[in-house]
Amino acid sequence: MADMKTAAYICKGCELGNRLDAKALIQVATKEGKMNLVREHDFLCSTEGVALIKNDIDNEGVTHIAICACSRRAKTEAFNFPTVAVSRANLREGVIWVRPDTDEARETTQEMAEDYVRMACAEVKAMTVPSGNPNTGGVKTLMVVGGGISGMTAALEASRAGYKVVLVEKSGALGGWAAKLYKRIPTREPFKAPEDNGVADLIAQIEADANIKVYLNATIAKTSGAPGRFKVEIVVESGPQATEDIGAIVQATGFELYDMNKLPHLGGGQANVVDQAGLEALARAANGGPIKRADGKEVKSVVFVQCAGQRDATGEHLQYCSGYCCNASIKQAMYFKDSNPDIDTLILYTDLRTPGNGEDFYRSAQNKGVIFSKGVVSQVVPNGNGLTVKFKDLILDEETETEADLVVLATGAVPNSGVNIEAVAAPAAEESEGEGEAASAALPVAEVKTISILNLDYRQGPDLPQFKHGFTDSHFICFPYETRRTGIYAAGPVRRPMDTAQAIEDATGAAMKAIQAMENAGLGRAAHPRAGDLSFPTARLEGCTQCKRCTVECPFGAIDEDEKRYPLFNESRCRRCGTCMGACPVRVISFENYSVNTVGAQIKAVDIPDEFSEKPRILILACENDAYPALDMAAMNRYEYSAFVRAIPVRCLGSVNTIWITDALNSGYDGVMLMGCKHGEEYQCHFVKGSELGRYRLSKVGDTLKSMNLETERVLDMEVAITDIETLPKRINEYAAKIMEIGFSPFKGF
Amino acid sequence: MSDLNQQMAVRYKNNFLKEIEEQAEMGNWVKMCMQCGVCSGSCPTNFHPGWEHPPQEIFMMIRAGKRDEVLNSQSMWMCTSCYNCYVRCPRKLPITHIMHGIAEYAYRLGRAPKMQPTLHLSKAFWNNCTKNGRVNEVKLTQSLYFKDGLMAGIKMGLAMKDVALGLVKAKRLNIMEALGGGHKCKDVNGIHKMLAKARELEAKRKGRQPA
Repeated sequence: MADMKTAAYICKGCELGNRLDAKALIQVATKEGKMNLVREHDFLCSTEGVALIKNDIDNEGVTHIAICACSRRAKTEAFNFPTVAVSRANLREGVIWVRPDTDEARETTQEMAEDYVRMACAEVKAMTVPSGNPNTGGVKTLMVVGGGISGMTAALEASRAGYKVVLVEKSGALGGWAAKLYKRIPTREPFKAPEDNGVADLIAQIEADANIKVYLNATIAKTSGAPGRFKVEIVVESGPQATEDIGAIVQATGFELYDMNKLPHLGGGQANVVDQAGLEALARAANGGPIKRADGKEVKSVVFVQCAGQRDATGEHLQYCSGYCCNASIKQAMYFKDSNPDIDTLILYTDLRTPGNGEDFYRSAQNKGVIFSKGVVSQVVPNGNGLTVKFKDLILDEETETEADLVVLATGAVPNSGVNIEAVAAPAAEESEGEGEAASAALPVAEVKTISILNLDYRQGPDLPQFKHGFTDSHFICFPYETRRTGIYAAGPVRRPMDTAQAIEDATGAAMKAIQAMENAGLGRAAHPRAGDLSFPTARLEGCTQCKRCTVECPFGAIDEDEKRYPLFNESRCRRCGTCMGACPVRVISFENYSVNTVGAQIKAVDIPDEFSEKPRILILACENDAYPALDMAAMNRYEYSAFVRAIPVRCLGSVNTIWITDALNSGYDGVMLMGCKHGEEYQCHFVKGSELGRYRLSKVGDTLKSMNLETERVLDMEVAITDIETLPKRINEYAAKIMEIGFSPFKGF
Repeated sequence: MSDLNQQMAVRYKNNFLKEIEEQAEMGNWVKMCMQCGVCSGSCPTNFHPGWEHPPQEIFMMIRAGKRDEVLNSQSMWMCTSCYNCYVRCPRKLPITHIMHGIAEYAYRLGRAPKMQPTLHLSKAFWNNCTKNGRVNEVKLTQSLYFKDGLMAGIKMGLAMKDVALGLVKAKRLNIMEALGGGHKCKDVNGIHKMLAKARELEAKRKGRQPA
């Protein structure tokens, strides 16, 4: 850029002035960093210091600034200059706080600081100010898919917050599962008796709400676009097709019961054996009177079998606990006890799980005379006009049996999450690359659903990606409603097993997140976790080889392919993790403020002493979400670590391009530490798949090392959590010691 | 077996839990047990070989309708009333009292184990105490010491003689009580009437013939 004017600011506050030679740092920024303007200040984040920078921007025409002070995670409000490109040299947390204040350490500490100044100068020159996403959509209408308790709650909450809502329901009436219930598990004090299912009230509120437009008997034929500009084609059974402009989507498609016909040993499919839905139907028919079986006989004794086809270790049935069935069976036993206390109601359980206020409900059932026995049912067989339930009593440790007029199986919930895109997408992937089909082929056929719910017009498949057991993928603790499709949120039992009370809370949370997503999209900003980020990936298409790695790897399905099979970025779907940038073999993808160059320039800026200096150089590429804050926090605790490391934050391990590692090794670094989040079933990656994809890509770096005649230990893949504050410095020191053992890189001085 | 046992067995047929709830003191608490096992883990006599079924198991057996096993069990009689379980039960069941209630009911039905020491002491104490409205220590001690025969009684007496002499010296034990009926309370008849009335009320409450 012709009119680029660079400036570096050296802060001397927070002991920086005493510990470091500021004059030398200024020298480095001027001579080596080639900054047009270099200033020092005793207290840069003070009003006066900030005014100094502002003045340079306003009156001196400075466009690129390198702030050499504290971590980029500190003082973000003071150092907020949205009109210029900003880089930060981490001299406080990155240098003086992790080094001892001794005469011997002074030299290496100063070298560390000088390198960080060089890196910040080099980085900022490779950056430009993010101009914002030009492809925004300003639609602020929320679409809710599914008209059950979760869906209706999400719609009402969004409407109350002032947003228009389109509610799409597959069946002919709102209410979902809850509408089938005679009564529901209590949701409020005193938690002692089943309460009204609450559906009629919600439907009345929805009908009275002018903000909410309801489509019944409707399915979604196609969802295209991105947050803020989704186009959704809705097909109404025997009606006209409608197209709606949508800003964000909440998928609340709920669950269905596990099919009891798969449980013949427990009597599934046999007369007088029902699942929980079957019993609700009988209870609704009785409406408070005596509950009768299908053959009209009044039920005098009933046995509830918990965990029927659930928590199954053999892998044949559901492996998880559905969470609500214990309370549901307690509720159903109360139907009987409330109509006639003399009816024998036995609940056979292995672990009774009634979290929270469910304990009061459980106690209330005991008080009403419901019998609870800890036992595992082996068989349910017909016996005259009734049934015999054979079970092992786990307290008395004996095989025993009991008789009943009716048996209720608590079969648990299977999520309605649509097509498993990983299983379905396998052939498409085969045609392109031929990687990773073995894993998808191993998926059990029974779990593959064929009817899509959202029919997303995305390159990566028509529905939300799933996690374990067909539930939609979202992080249980850190970001519960987020899915891997930006602007589309999952709520209720489609996300994880839950009961009504939890679903109501879930729907409210998801609606709020969806509103945030619409607002951010309208401003051209990223959603979680880089909320507010204005940068977005762009590709230099003339260099693109159409290898499709970016379109396949993007964890959020943000990249489609155009007619010529070039990547087509949907900026509003993008979370700015940079996985596409890391994946690109020809390095044509970049962000304005984060690119192969911004990091590459930093790597090259570091001064590499020759091998006789006894000073190795180790590059750390640290995930900015977990590893980099862990390093900062270690510094706050003054845990010291080696002066030979140079840390560069990366957006995600997935954004690490192998060229950085090759460059580093070629320019004489003795080791590279890659710090990323845990991946797999208990992943902690903020971009879900980013660290996994990054690791897979970097696992091939061994070949590069071999071809360079280098030891494989020179690149270390580390799993780092944000809590590894104490262990991380130790691991750094161990690695530094190991590098000394292996010896220096032969590539120095080339 | 007693008539009452037959009568009750017929009345409650398959519902032993209901029988315990209505007939045994504190029996209405049995259904509230959630089988956590804290009582069993807390019981100091649990390490003793006599403890067939800890409280948790007794409660489960009642729910499972194991009438004979429960009523014939030694377990309730092993309770030392230390109240550990009572204090620790997270469901606040008065476990010590429930155990006593079941033991007492088993005795009423004639199902209590014969020559059970706890049962023997309880009976001796009750009879001794209610006869005159006051406990006659000498006679109570005699009935305990000589329960297993003359020689065993003499042996036990000799073993405890220092304690006895100490009590006599401190005027806590009157040897003369051994003769005649011992001292009585002011209105023995009144006490007897009161007890008779209480029995009548209990029988009415529990729907059975006064004993």
